[in-house]
Amino acid sequence: MFHIYCPYCGEHREENEFRPKGQAHIMRPKDPESCSDEEWADYLFFRDNPKGIHHEMWVHATGCRKFFNMTRDTVSYEILEVYKMGEQPKITAASRVVGGEK
Amino acid sequence: MSNVAVFDQNAGIGVLAESPLAHVSGVKGGHTPGVVIHEKAFLGYLTLRGNSADSSFCSGVEQALGMPLPTEPLSLHQNQQKGSSIQWLSPDEWLIVVQGGTEYETEMALRTELSSHFAVVNISGGQTLLTLSGSAAQDVLHKSTVYDVHPRNFPVGKAVATNFAKATAIIRRPSEGTWELIVRRSFADYCYRWLIDASQEFGVDYE
Amino acid sequence: MSQANRLSQGGQIDRSKQINFTFNGLRYTGYEGDTLASALLANGVDIVNRSFKYSRPRGIVASNAAEPNAIVQLGSTEATQVPNVRATQQALYEGLSARSTNGWPNVNNDAMGLVGKLGGPMMGPGFYYKTFMAPASMWMTYEKFIRKAAGLGRAPNENDPDIYDHYNRHCDLLIIGAGPAGLAAALTAANSGARVIICDEQESFGGSLLETADPLNGKPASEWVSQVVEQLAANNDVLMLPRTTANGYHDHNFVTLHERRTEHLADKAPIAHQARSRMHHIRAKQVILATGAQERPVVYANNDVPGNMICSAVSAYIRRYAVVPGQKLVVTTGNDSGYQAALDWQAAGREVVAIVDCRANPDGDLVKQARQKGIRIIAGSAVFEAKGSKRVTGARVAAVDLNAFTLKGDVEDLGCDTIASSGGFSPVVHLAAHTGARPVWNEEAIGFVPGKVKGVIPVGGVDAIYPLNEVLQSGHQAAVQAIESCGYTLTPLELPKATGRVEGKAAALFQVPHLKSTSRAPKQFVDLQNDVTAAGIELATREGFESIEHVKRYTALGFGTDQGKLGNINGMAITARLLGRTIPETGTTVFRPNYTGITFGAIAGRHAGALFDPERYTAMHQWHLQRGAKFEDVGQWKRPWYFPIGNETMHEAVARECRAVREQVGILDASTLGKIDIQGKDSRDFLARVYTNKWAQLGLNKCRYGLMCKDDGMVMDDGVTTCLGDNHFLMTTTTGGAAGILEWLELWHQTEWPELEVYFNSVTDHWATMTITGPNARDLLSEITDIDLAKDSFKFMECREGMVANVPARVYRISFTGELTYEINVQANYAMHVWKALFEHEETYGLTPYGTETMHVLRAEKGFIIVGQDTDGSVTPEDLGMQWCVGYDKPFSWIGKRALSRPDTRRKDRKQLVGLLPSDPKVVLEEGAQIVFDPKQQVPMKMKGHVTSSYYSPTLGQGFALALVMGGAERMGETVFMPMADGTVYEAKIVSPIFLDPKGERQNV
Repeated sequence: MFHIYCPYCGEHREENEFRPKGQAHIMRPKDPESCSDEEWADYLFFRDNPKGIHHEMWVHATGCRKFFNMTRDTVSYEILEVYKMGEQPKITAASRVVGGEK
Repeated sequence: MSNVAVFDQNAGIGVLAESPLAHVSGVKGGHTPGVVIHEKAFLGYLTLRGNSADSSFCSGVEQALGMPLPTEPLSLHQNQQKGSSIQWLSPDEWLIVVQGGTEYETEMALRTELSSHFAVVNISGGQTLLTLSGSAAQDVLHKSTVYDVHPRNFPVGKAVATNFAKATAIIRRPSEGTWELIVRRSFADYCYRWLIDASQEFGVDYE
Repeated sequence: MSQANRLSQGGQIDRSKQINFTFNGLRYTGYEGDTLASALLANGVDIVNRSFKYSRPRGIVASNAAEPNAIVQLGSTEATQVPNVRATQQALYEGLSARSTNGWPNVNNDAMGLVGKLGGPMMGPGFYYKTFMAPASMWMTYEKFIRKAAGLGRAPNENDPDIYDHYNRHCDLLIIGAGPAGLAAALTAANSGARVIICDEQESFGGSLLETADPLNGKPASEWVSQVVEQLAANNDVLMLPRTTANGYHDHNFVTLHERRTEHLADKAPIAHQARSRMHHIRAKQVILATGAQERPVVYANNDVPGNMICSAVSAYIRRYAVVPGQKLVVTTGNDSGYQAALDWQAAGREVVAIVDCRANPDGDLVKQARQKGIRIIAGSAVFEAKGSKRVTGARVAAVDLNAFTLKGDVEDLGCDTIASSGGFSPVVHLAAHTGARPVWNEEAIGFVPGKVKGVIPVGGVDAIYPLNEVLQSGHQAAVQAIESCGYTLTPLELPKATGRVEGKAAALFQVPHLKSTSRAPKQFVDLQNDVTAAGIELATREGFESIEHVKRYTALGFGTDQGKLGNINGMAITARLLGRTIPETGTTVFRPNYTGITFGAIAGRHAGALFDPERYTAMHQWHLQRGAKFEDVGQWKRPWYFPIGNETMHEAVARECRAVREQVGILDASTLGKIDIQGKDSRDFLARVYTNKWAQLGLNKCRYGLMCKDDGMVMDDGVTTCLGDNHFLMTTTTGGAAGILEWLELWHQTEWPELEVYFNSVTDHWATMTITGPNARDLLSEITDIDLAKDSFKFMECREGMVANVPARVYRISFTGELTYEINVQANYAMHVWKALFEHEETYGLTPYGTETMHVLRAEKGFIIVGQDTDGSVTPEDLGMQWCVGYDKPFSWIGKRALSRPDTRRKDRKQLVGLLPSDPKVVLEEGAQIVFDPKQQVPMKMKGHVTSSYYSPTLGQGFALALVMGGAERMGETVFMPMADGTVYEAKIVSPIFLDPKGERQNV
């Protein structure tokens, strides 16, 4: 059970107060009509599946009901940072060298 | 057309109201029960939404309610005189609890003072409040929620929304020795039965 | 003779409290402080079980959780049966009743043992698979017998009379293990103000200090333990949990602890409302892992005969329980620790025949002590075979060259009845591996130590630190580190001093070679519980299984309730030798929760029976109960399904309810539907983006049916939304969709369109909804309301505020039945009053309560869909024939719009909603029945759709259904077929999904 820091409530809470909501930073195209079928399908269905740093959305479902972002290592499950909706991550796959040991 | 429908939902004379736990009768826990549970029925509840970065919103709320808007996360402000309270739920959501029957006038007071983008919703029929006290009250909470209810993490004046058994609840500590649980109407029976069960080993009075 | 092996003095048992117990139907006595195992050994019980596969007689090997053989079925009644209890971990209590889990007709004379003896050579790994492969049809028959022949305990046939519960805690420091390292840590952390929890799986704290010969500060170590326990007990910030096993380590320092609260007292918790055991859920800032190291046995021929034990267990039984489990002892060891067993045995007044040490020149302090006591030491040698069948009768010894893996020189036969072995120590790393960190090989210690886990500090034995002073230091240092990182300050502390001991270097002793090759020698057991032998491992590697994970699964090494506690490391070492690799190269398997078995009750806690899941009730629930309603689960809600009168069947009740609605007036409790209050100047704009239809022109107090799609164009939810003000709307959703839709709205607002000024708030529980519907609805309502209900004053799809039975109400004229309908919404606390007020006019208007079944029938007759029943996430608005609901020309590209112009969503032959009328009017088709066009085609048939909703209609006088059929819209009048599993084929005609009143006149009256 993850221990997750809610950036709005300002404290750690248990994972079962939250729901994972998939990959973060996916913007809905501003002009869907000008997207090709392939581009639209890509937006709808294709997601990254990295071994390592992943940026994902969570919602504090039984707490403040706000959405926020999380940078998490999908191998060690370590949560590296949380940041509010609309903000950018400080830690990225490029900025951090992930240790080899699991 | 007016912007928002405002509706006084207080019933007339002769209407028998039933709280969410109207169907349960008292439970007696012997000489010295470790847990005492009581339903404070028929309070008024309002959801308030707005932008706390807007100073006119903050001052408007304070004017209307007679207590400042909590901007500190998870805090609870009380107006002892009016018997009312306001609790932070999120950066733009608050729960106001008032004496039963005063929810309409409270809503009107807020609508008078506030102008920018805000919302007020009467949700009085949707929950009930249970007080939890006694030497084993904290133990019962430990059995019911994963939230850290130790006094070091939960001082007087703190209020959180969290999980409660398999449902959810708002847990507040308005004073030393007493906890308040606000549970949704449709989950009230389950939460009540869970509380009684968790309290059995300590002896419980339900009033 | 009772308790022949009990010493008259010493031990931590209470001889003044005698306890009576039975084992395999025979009566014995023991003392308070005994475990079942120590009491059995005291009484000279040799055979406690028969092994899993070969049914060989087995005795007690260890004194703790690592015990592989003494697995018992506990319980004196059917309801209190507990399978697979380790006798070494079960405290003895008055009236305890236990049986071996294997052995028929009894452990001493077992029939299967014969099979094992005769068939044993053929029953290697993969035996079942290889032998019973053909004919395949007979496998299920073989399986029944195999299942009976093998196996451990059995589950009870009656409900558990005990309760179990959960307890949640947070702490700054969790210390797992209360041996010397753990206690030193706890003592250090106490008085710093930090919240500390310390747990130990044994009945009392102390760990190895309870059995050690090493004094602390010159006194018996157990005295220091008592002092520390007293100090910690006086500290309010420290919680001590004995009898508590940390069974699982989960992400971010979340640990589950299983506390056995009454298992040491009786079959069933002796006080009412007391849980038999409790699962603590601990969230710790820091964890100190002080789980120690487990001694492992040496692998040699017939090492499973009763009387073979591990050295530390022999010491534990003598020192802690005052039990000497035999008369004549031979020790075989590769390290100094093994010598302690011999010294304890001799001090207890029994004969030590010899200590056999595989090292050429052993010379540590314990070795010197043994020499001083005149104990014979045979160096450079090992026991390679135990003699005896139901009890050890002797040990065969020879000189050994471990590198060449061969025996040298002459064989000596030593007469004895007990062989204690020590192959070395394996740190108990399990918890550190639970979240995936692989253990790390420590060459110096010849063992695996924990891999790195953030927030977890291993100390003492588990980190391969063994000298007592160093162990105490490591516990202390770890606590200093942990407490300071939490921001507390420590008070200085003086640790007790142990007399240091000079230890000789340990040898890497795993398997002892035999005169014969491994595959021909008598069985050398590696995993006692699963009957895995060295020969079995050899066979596995010969058959090509080289990964330790494969070897494990092929041989069953490490399976079972002991999870390889004694056998895993030996197994890995043997595999490494056979493959010509080092142990770290061979690797280790990863451990997963639970460390030891947990009863299901403790996992469920109080989430069982009536408290298993929340049952959600509406404000009118008590009335439904009194009226005799039968209920249906809709999510967590209990909704009235139908209201039978007298002996009515469901069919009769539903037919009556349907007729009542179409001819008089019915009433439905619709409170469960989701209701969302929407306020803000951008409300209309927002609705236009999330719904398919238009909202721009919806006037005050007007209602509109809306359809919601996901961005893939598929229907997700539906409901009626009403305009209460220019900036104010009331949205309804399906019962099941309420929470999800609120989150959906928040998702779009918070992540995509935060600039829109709009707020969403749930009012589902606040408003109770009672729907009155039928030709008499208006007249009924007019009895108790001041609202003008005239047809032209209050039109269809409009909303009015007013008083109903003296209660402020919002009434909506929307219809799910197709009849004249008023949905009365009042604040839930007043709902019962209004409901009862309506029923005061029951006789006059024929007011009939109806449930969800009737609701389903009536709406289906009108072709109204139910999302999630007639749709499944793959159905578009146009598939449903609901083009009228889709605003293609709205300015914003609303959610779902783009996906509706893909080639796949434009296909003419998509599955489309139609009605079906069975050719046989008595037939009610089965929901989910697959539809084909040609019933005579070959199987597998081409499936063209399925029946989504199907009922009997009293109004139509026959069964009818809604269905999704490929190209259905163009197939009106065609006959289709539903072949069923039993061979019946039903026929039905495709018709319009609107079976009644196609122009919708009745709801408009």
